[in-house]
Amino acid sequence: MREQILGIIEKNSRINIKELAIILGAEEIDIANELKAMEEEGVICGYHTMIDWEKTSIEKVTALIEVRITPQRGQGYDNIAERIYKYPEVNSVYLISGGYDLLVTLEGKSLKEVSKFVSDKLSTLEGVLSTATHFILKKYKDHGTILTRKYEDTREKVTP
Amino acid sequence: MRNPLSETIVTIKPSGIRKFFDIVNEMEDAISLGVGEPDFDTPWHIRDEGIYSLEKGRTFYTSNAGLKELKVEITKYIERSQDVSYDADHEVIVTVGGSEAIDIALRAMVDPGDEVLIPQPSYVSYEPCAILAGAKPVIIELKEENEFRLTAKELREAITDKTKILILPFPNNPTGAIMEKEDLEAIAEIIREKDLFVISDEIYAELTYKEKHVSIISLPGMRERTVLINGFSKAYAMTGWRLGYACAPREIMEQMLKIHQFAIMCAPTTSQYAAVEALRNGDGDVAMMRESYNQRRRFLMHAFKEMGLSCFEPYGAFYVFPCIKEFGMTSEEFANRLLQEEKVAVVPGTAFGDCGEGFLRISYAYSIENLKIALEKINAFITRLRKEQQ
Repeated sequence: MREQILGIIEKNSRINIKELAIILGAEEIDIANELKAMEEEGVICGYHTMIDWEKTSIEKVTALIEVRITPQRGQGYDNIAERIYKYPEVNSVYLISGGYDLLVTLEGKSLKEVSKFVSDKLSTLEGVLSTATHFILKKYKDHGTILTRKYEDTREKVTP
Repeated sequence: MRNPLSETIVTIKPSGIRKFFDIVNEMEDAISLGVGEPDFDTPWHIRDEGIYSLEKGRTFYTSNAGLKELKVEITKYIERSQDVSYDADHEVIVTVGGSEAIDIALRAMVDPGDEVLIPQPSYVSYEPCAILAGAKPVIIELKEENEFRLTAKELREAITDKTKILILPFPNNPTGAIMEKEDLEAIAEIIREKDLFVISDEIYAELTYKEKHVSIISLPGMRERTVLINGFSKAYAMTGWRLGYACAPREIMEQMLKIHQFAIMCAPTTSQYAAVEALRNGDGDVAMMRESYNQRRRFLMHAFKEMGLSCFEPYGAFYVFPCIKEFGMTSEEFANRLLQEEKVAVVPGTAFGDCGEGFLRISYAYSIENLKIALEKINAFITRLRKEQQ
């Protein structure tokens, strides 16, 4: 049941317990308990809203930053990762296999603000060898949702 | 001028769905629950294979019976789902949808005067195809009290010494009924005893919500007297690709192949390449869609219960078949008024046979958001009808 609940709320966190119970053929109380348990275990870590900021008048830029770092003895990458993720403007930090070590995503009001963060804060951290900043120009798809076009039902209205 | 038309075709009624389609189509903002096809797009990796095959210039005919690799994948699929094996070279044919398979199976197996048993309510093409093949269709009226399953008693009563074929349309469009193993066993016993054949249309085989679909071919002695029909439309959301298939003993298949090669030549090549990918790597997509349909099915059943609209619980396909007899209207009247007054389109049960009278086919190949809006309108409609009745 967990997998089914997660599959649904990952796409629609606003669905209420009653409706979840109906479409999964389960009891409301069981769904409520399962959700609570998953929140406590940290399986569910938050409920977010997907926003296409492009369509608002609010200026926002998102950057992906590749960071190469020197792992520290006994700490590996964790220590530096922590120093990076503590900045509130940092959206996500992933340890990556391949040509660099950390992938950091960052949101700022402007290119200037993001650049300033990278040059002042990120690249000056001890252990950071180099950074490469990529600004996102257009989001086609995010969190499994296509942002560039709306679903349109093109089927015939009545078919056998 | 002489009459240019064949008497046979002139006597066949056009599909009841067509009439309703024309009405709905004129209404711009109608919400439809009348569609008999998935709302999902064909999974991208399958479409991608189709596109790739075009890029590679695979734009020629395939052999009449279909691409060898596709026929092999089909036999593997039947082997893993039903534990029955077919010879990919002589017992499988790839057709233009399940519909072609129904037509050529009938034409390969009946002579004038033979009787073909057709349980109804069911898909619209069995009866006309039987007539066009020269046979006499004999309708078995399925009952709601049996959850629209075919019972041994009903079958036995319909058999005469002219009966040759039983059409077995489960999981069923429009009722959503399924036949479970015990149900099929009772049928199979009679088929063997009376030396009949079965055309088993299992196009919705992947869409069952109780236990996995059991095919009659998996029962003792039935593989040799059955034409199994399936396809890609419903399981993989590939209706527009027009691709189905049939499996049958070699003796029957050889004759079906003749009709197919003269009338059709071969199924669309692009679709066949895409279908290979569907069977090889599409199980996850099918499971995802099945789960999604099941959620909507539960949602609808729950909503009907709350409205007090009587409906047996269907475990297959993507239709529910609620009963509207309490309102004292024919299915067609009900559907028409619902369309005019609330702009919701559902299909009258009578489009699938006279015994569909008193029922509606409601498709849940729509998002839950869509279903919610439509259900609210249906609820408003029936509340009004009940008030009128008082």
